[in-house]
Amino acid sequence: MADIIRKATREGYGRGLKELGAEFDNVVVLDADLAGSTKTGVFKKAFPDRHFNCGIAEANMMCVAAGLAATGLVAFASSFAMFAAERAFEQVRNSIGYTRLNVKVCASHGGMSVGEDGASHQCCEDVALMRSIPGMTVLCPADEVEARKAVRAIYLQPGPVYMRLGRLAVPVFHSEDYEFVIGKGEILRDGSQVAIIATGLMVYEAMKAGEVLAGQGIDAMVINMPTIKPLDEALVLHAAEKCGRIVTCEEHSTIGGLGEAVCSFLSETRPTRVRRIGVQDEFGHSGPAWEVLKDFGLCAENIVKVCADFAREN
Amino acid sequence: MTSSDKTKLQIQACKVRMGILLGTYSAKCGHPGGSLSAADMLTYLYFREMNVDPANPKDPNRDRFVLSKGHTAPALYAALANRGFFPVEDLATLRKDGSYLQGHPNMDSVPGVDMSTGSLGQGVSCACGMALGLKYQGIPARVYAILGDGEIQEGQVWEACMFAAHYKLDNLVIIVDNNGLQIDGWIQDVMNPYPIADKLAAFGLAVQEIDGHDFDQIEAALDMARATKGKPSAIVMRTVKGKGVSYMEDEADWHGKAPNEAEYRQGMEELEAELRELEAQ
Repeated sequence: MADIIRKATREGYGRGLKELGAEFDNVVVLDADLAGSTKTGVFKKAFPDRHFNCGIAEANMMCVAAGLAATGLVAFASSFAMFAAERAFEQVRNSIGYTRLNVKVCASHGGMSVGEDGASHQCCEDVALMRSIPGMTVLCPADEVEARKAVRAIYLQPGPVYMRLGRLAVPVFHSEDYEFVIGKGEILRDGSQVAIIATGLMVYEAMKAGEVLAGQGIDAMVINMPTIKPLDEALVLHAAEKCGRIVTCEEHSTIGGLGEAVCSFLSETRPTRVRRIGVQDEFGHSGPAWEVLKDFGLCAENIVKVCADFAREN
Repeated sequence: MTSSDKTKLQIQACKVRMGILLGTYSAKCGHPGGSLSAADMLTYLYFREMNVDPANPKDPNRDRFVLSKGHTAPALYAALANRGFFPVEDLATLRKDGSYLQGHPNMDSVPGVDMSTGSLGQGVSCACGMALGLKYQGIPARVYAILGDGEIQEGQVWEACMFAAHYKLDNLVIIVDNNGLQIDGWIQDVMNPYPIADKLAAFGLAVQEIDGHDFDQIEAALDMARATKGKPSAIVMRTVKGKGVSYMEDEADWHGKAPNEAEYRQGMEELEAELRELEAQ
């Protein structure tokens, strides 16, 4: 695993958009002065007449995207997660969610891994907000390949989508022939004692943790859950039935994210013991991304510790 | 326009106002004041200006309308119903459980509604997106948005104006219904947005100021907007909140209150008398 390639999911987004633009004329892209960072700039370079910079005005951008979609186009609107999902929440809710228009809100710089910029930019509530909008599909790809494939999948699915992307380069573990399907998770490692359900950059951390746990004699299942809404309930149920213990991992608040989605589902169908790894009702702070992630327990070491303790509990 | 054309528009406007009263009276709530102030402009747009077809409300080549001040849905619904998009009697179902006539415009449920609105400041941005989308696709249609003068206190409106000017959306007309009143009182007392025309001009729009109850001035302004190239147009129309119903005129109280039975009857009698007079011309 040491020599694995590292790329940010936002890079997969930029590449995926460019591929999509070449294939479909009705793709238009909006950005709010962050085209270089969100990677919509890759699309802009290829299709300058279909990329519209909205300036630093995210509220307007979301509604412009809705208007574009109302004329039959498929609008991708990007900014940092903090401004796309949080500042412009009500615009997304009313002009995109309520209207069910064909807008894909693709937000980069989600989570603690923004690092040095600190708490004002470390967006750990976006999934909670977006999940709360009726009919909104919520995605959080784990690597560059998955992000790129997700771009095409969300284009082909009519209606609003929120996709969270990351700033940080993370290991690319999917191969080019990986088939991404909205609403489907994947078992990366089978196991029987504890099931780790992870999303985003926590997926690779969970894979590493799975190996370490195996060395300690703990047989962990590792699941990549790129679609947080709608949740792959069949897979969650399978994990719960087979392992009886579930650990969720997300670079997001434990309030309203993947962990809460899993708990909500299981508590009504098959009450199962769950431990949630995520941001524990806190704001972040500045520092190099991996150090900050570690500070909040968002790393393989903490997953190992939580799973080992959990597996040994009666 | 001929005097006969004008009389026809006045007759339609009178019917739109009756529809506003019917809707808000039946719902026992809603926003009659700002609906009545915008009634003449809506009448002109739907009966003379816009290329729309009630038989084909989703025609991709149609002109679009966005009621950015979505709370005045009774006026939009009354204009659409009288234009033939749905039965006028349905106006009596406004805001009722099970009715497709939601309290604020819904593009999925109401034939002829081009954008769901209600949260102030958003509709004008959506209209910008529509204008841009039509231009990008080479469709020569136009987009009209009516905003409230209180609504322009929302910062997003000015984001939208900047955007419209930057992308030279000359197929867009932003119409500000300057009836002077918002829920809490006169706009300059609540949060002064004046001088409205100067501000819009400073943001790069081609601005005209008119009397929003004078069909000749409405026609001239919309013709001028159509002839203006390279920049979006704005029309600031001075209007009277509650226009056409004597006891509602210039009263902030009628922003979001429905007429009771006696008030409804009085209003309808006034409008029926006006209608009889116009039809006799």
